[in-house]
Amino acid sequence: MATVSSSSLLNKAVRQQYMNLPQGGKCQVTYIWVDGTGEGLRNKTRTLDSEPTSIDEIPEWNFDGSSTYQSEGSNSDMYLIPVRMFRDPFTLDPNKLVLCEVLKYNRLPAETNYRHSCNRVMQQVKEHYLWFGMEQEYTLLGTDGHPFSWPSNGFPAPQGPYYCSVGANHAYGRDVVECHYKACLYAGVQICGTNAEVMPSQWEFQVGPCEGIEMGDHLWVARFLLHRVCEDFGIIATLDPKPITGNWNGAGCHTNVSTQQMREEEGLQYIEKAISKLSKTHKQHIAVYDPHGGKDNMRRLTGLHETSSINDFSAGVANRGASIRIPRQVGKDKRGYFEDRRPAANCDPYAVTMAIAQTCFLDPTEEESKKEESA
Amino acid sequence: MATSASASLSKTIKQQYMELPQGDKVQAMYIWVDGTGEGLRCKTRTLDFEPKSIEDLPEWNFDGSSTYQAEGSNSDMYLIPAAMFRDPFRKDPNKLILCEVQKYNLLKITCTKLIFLYLEDPTLKTNLRITCNKVMEMVRDQHPWFGMEQEYTILGTDGHPFGWPSNGFPGPQGPYYCGVGADKAYGRDIVEAHYRACLYAGVNICGTNAEVMPAQWEFQVGPCEGIDMGDHLWVARFILHRVCEDFGVVASFDPKPIPGNWNGAGCHTNFSTKEMREDGGLKAIEESIEKLGKRHEYHIRAYDPKGGLDNARRLTGRHETSNIHEFSAGVANRGASIRIPRSVGQEKRGYFEDRRPSANCDPYGVTEALIRTCLLSEEGEEPTDY
Repeated sequence: MATVSSSSLLNKAVRQQYMNLPQGGKCQVTYIWVDGTGEGLRNKTRTLDSEPTSIDEIPEWNFDGSSTYQSEGSNSDMYLIPVRMFRDPFTLDPNKLVLCEVLKYNRLPAETNYRHSCNRVMQQVKEHYLWFGMEQEYTLLGTDGHPFSWPSNGFPAPQGPYYCSVGANHAYGRDVVECHYKACLYAGVQICGTNAEVMPSQWEFQVGPCEGIEMGDHLWVARFLLHRVCEDFGIIATLDPKPITGNWNGAGCHTNVSTQQMREEEGLQYIEKAISKLSKTHKQHIAVYDPHGGKDNMRRLTGLHETSSINDFSAGVANRGASIRIPRQVGKDKRGYFEDRRPAANCDPYAVTMAIAQTCFLDPTEEESKKEESA
Repeated sequence: MATSASASLSKTIKQQYMELPQGDKVQAMYIWVDGTGEGLRCKTRTLDFEPKSIEDLPEWNFDGSSTYQAEGSNSDMYLIPAAMFRDPFRKDPNKLILCEVQKYNLLKITCTKLIFLYLEDPTLKTNLRITCNKVMEMVRDQHPWFGMEQEYTILGTDGHPFGWPSNGFPGPQGPYYCGVGADKAYGRDIVEAHYRACLYAGVNICGTNAEVMPAQWEFQVGPCEGIDMGDHLWVARFILHRVCEDFGVVASFDPKPIPGNWNGAGCHTNFSTKEMREDGGLKAIEESIEKLGKRHEYHIRAYDPKGGLDNARRLTGRHETSNIHEFSAGVANRGASIRIPRSVGQEKRGYFEDRRPSANCDPYGVTEALIRTCLLSEEGEEPTDY
């Protein structure tokens, strides 16, 4: 098949023979990090003499940042600091996947290490028990860059029959979705659902509910698993927010938010307060809702295809054309959560969740004085 | 190649992932009928426990503006679990959940919303299960049983029947019905896989056979009592689409996929009550047929999703169909609207077969119409509002 990679055509039965070999007491640990683009994921593996039982047992490591757009060649060593451990669904128990933060040579956070400041903010708002759920949309492409299973020199029939669909003429690439779901469950990633999306070859999975910093951790690892599963099948997952121009949906990362107060009786008032604060910081949020300061989202947030316009802030019950949607059930129950529909599919979840936490739950004057203190 | 790109992805790789243990998590796939009244949709959620009965399953919601069921400005719709089955694709402990769709949740309204309710009906044109269930409850003690014979055609992704020459036709009909051999039976793998998947899932599949047109097949679901008929048939259809998706081909329920001297596809519906199944039951069968004879247009409207337009292409009076404009009944007569099987005619009890429903009918709509006319003795063009 022209649009799958050569690697995927290698004999998997041969591979399985090797993967079945016992490994004594040794443990393979794969370190994962975000590179200098803020979107790309990198990984390398080392052997440990025994299975680590917690993140504290996993040593710091380092890598060549000049090969990942993260440093100059003359001073290229960067640090990998393990922050969260998962089971490895590719090489299986006892092996691990370890998500890492990246520090520069001087032990300060690397430019695309948004986790560091996100974590600080999440610590400050701990008492709110801030929960998130993020809906990751993505598109499957062949190795030729064209959406997977689309006619090679054209387009499928217009959108309408594909959302949540079944059937070979509607659902393209379900194997990837099924395998990714199982891989996440095995690894311990908090995946809570999947569905086919409006554009053919486009899918969505949801991760959550996660409290605080966990949201970013689980979503980044879920993305790593997605890319790795696609690699095995020989096709590509893209998080580009508008992969095909014209009358085709874009890809977002709708972010659902709640605090303990919002989840309790009469919580709707706290939801409305939070939305009110968000309405005043629209531009600042748009700037961090994709890795290019809003430029990626400009291609996606047009006001059509179930998006809000990038220039205006709006909110509404059950309204998928608004920036913020309050689910109908929440409007009825007068408690629950709200959905920020603005983040792009390729957003950094640490940057998104941090912005929401800051705007809604941190007093700006407090923030200013904290910044002055640390300066 | 007439199969999809997805079907060419490595199934060895897929197998490795699908064998991964999932701890105590359970995947529940919610299934519903979309705004076309024919299309099926699905999405999955993770549960922390294995549901033992339908009551264990939470309600859910979805974006109706993407399924021809709502506008974007007011698009949340509810999924109400109605019937649960084992998942033959992801296997135990995972589940398939057939759902009803509602525009908003009836159970959670407050007093101030009652006025709004009178103005807007929360049921949808394509959620026929609600009224079917109501009507089935009314005749519970008569134990109505159904068996539906679902015909379908396998197509390649190019829309041409699977196995047919790419720019032409196979030899004329004759050798294909219940045939065996690569020159007679096209796509048996799908039939075999579907049968096994239905048995695993708990769907009441009772048989299969190759049909008169090559690449056309039939499976039968039943006997099912009351609302179960619609539930089991919709899930059997979902499983068929899903199996075909895995093989990279398409199942079509179009009632006349190829015009000309090729059979159409129906969903013959067999029906009986306790009285009909007992000694002397033939009398009750004949009474029902007489009532059906007086209400032909109402049934034709209920027997396909386009009020009879789809069946107009199929019910021509030829190819073992009755003519759409006329009602007829007869023992062992496949050209009649209603056929009484010869054995029933001899034993003077049993069931009868309504041959009018099209392959893409809504089984809730069909079974409801039969109950209304035969057991509730309704007359006239419109169903009674109880």
